[in-house]
Amino acid sequence: MFDKQKKTKLLTPIVVSNLSILLGEIKILDKINCKIHNESIIAILGPNGAGKSMFLKSINGLIGVESRKIYFNSREINDHIRKDMALVFQKPTLLRRTVLENMQFVLEKKNKISNLQITNLLKRVGLDIYKYKPARLLSGGEQQRLSLARALLINPSLLLLDEPTANLDPYSLNLIEEIILDENKKGKTIILTTHDMGQAKRLAKEILFFNKGKLLEQTKAINFFKKPKTKEAQSYINGKILL
Amino acid sequence: MILESFTRAFDLVLTLDKDFFEILLLSMKVSCLSLFLSCLVGLPIGTYLAIKNFWGRDTVLIIFNAMMGLPPVVVGLIVYLLISRSGPFGWLGVLYTPSAMIIAQMILIIPIIVSLTAQIIEEINEEYKDLFKSLVISSHKALIACLYDARYSILTVILAGFGRAISEVGAVIIVGGNIDHLTRVMTTTIALETSKGNLSLALALGIILLLIALIINLILITLKTRAKRRMYV
Repeated sequence: MFDKQKKTKLLTPIVVSNLSILLGEIKILDKINCKIHNESIIAILGPNGAGKSMFLKSINGLIGVESRKIYFNSREINDHIRKDMALVFQKPTLLRRTVLENMQFVLEKKNKISNLQITNLLKRVGLDIYKYKPARLLSGGEQQRLSLARALLINPSLLLLDEPTANLDPYSLNLIEEIILDENKKGKTIILTTHDMGQAKRLAKEILFFNKGKLLEQTKAINFFKKPKTKEAQSYINGKILL
Repeated sequence: MILESFTRAFDLVLTLDKDFFEILLLSMKVSCLSLFLSCLVGLPIGTYLAIKNFWGRDTVLIIFNAMMGLPPVVVGLIVYLLISRSGPFGWLGVLYTPSAMIIAQMILIIPIIVSLTAQIIEEINEEYKDLFKSLVISSHKALIACLYDARYSILTVILAGFGRAISEVGAVIIVGGNIDHLTRVMTTTIALETSKGNLSLALALGIILLLIALIINLILITLKTRAKRRMYV
């Protein structure tokens, strides 16, 4: 049934309704309502502490929330649905194993086809020569690329990327951006957080702008950068401190 | 005397002294068996304490931590009281046998295995838990992954347990009785020979015991260095 739903692509596969997160008495996210369009690339922008990463994690079901209704393909998110999405963390979490073993870990079964998939993905992220290298000996950029390759191995419909190119060299940045665009063309919906305006302009079709746990704007990327609706977004784009 | 002791130690090994090898073999047998059984009990308990949150968990951990410093003679005395003829487990008839020595050593080793395993697995689980949750990995698979990735650190714990077992004297002398050809091990022989004034033999045995400790530490350091080079610890 789930596969059937996956085939009938909805225009708005993700619907977030009244999402709030409380940490102690502080509201990290405050009544977020939004709809994410299918096969889109959405960039989440906002100053540090705005709740961007929390929003991603709550979609992925990593964070217990005060009240939440998140629908993916018209169904409320549960473990079964979560298997169809993948989250790449800002700081890559890699197992204390080789590159190959890190990839194999996410697979249910190991066979020739999966090995071929792994090799192809590692080639794509430029890590095939490091197959047998301990993953933690890779550089920061390489670790992030491995993290992305591992996420792609699941072949998720929804890819969540938490600042995937923060502190990376231009080569890794370009490679990751190319992969994001490529995967989007293949039909994946991608949500990413970033502080890189250039990257948001290059990749995003839509922008979600957060400030102090509130979703202030959801608009097309072109409109957001040309004419942001809120003062906060204007200040953020112009590099001013948001009070 | 030191030179004499070294010569004697070499003699014992090179001449394949029957009595010496009997003592060495029993020492290794008792220590290895108690270590194996302690791991069977301690590793699952340590892992469970690391990954499960339940009421009283911290208290249990504190108790195990405190038990790491248990005085061996006290453990020996308690085990003695429990397994002596008039004790609750007297019917087992294990007093003054290697089994009694194994039981005493287990009581000394299990807290080390539990506490250190809990510490290691807790750390690794903390690091991996978001990844596992995000990948919707079953808790069974997650647990195996944690244990596998902590293998080098856990090996260190096991070897630390072995170190405690092989060097133990207070508890095994009480419950084993240091009976010749039955419960006499390296440490109890050293204690006996020292009291008899046979210092060169005691020292010779001490040198061999030190060598065993040295070999264990060498293995430990080699493994750790290898693991560190790969950033596996």
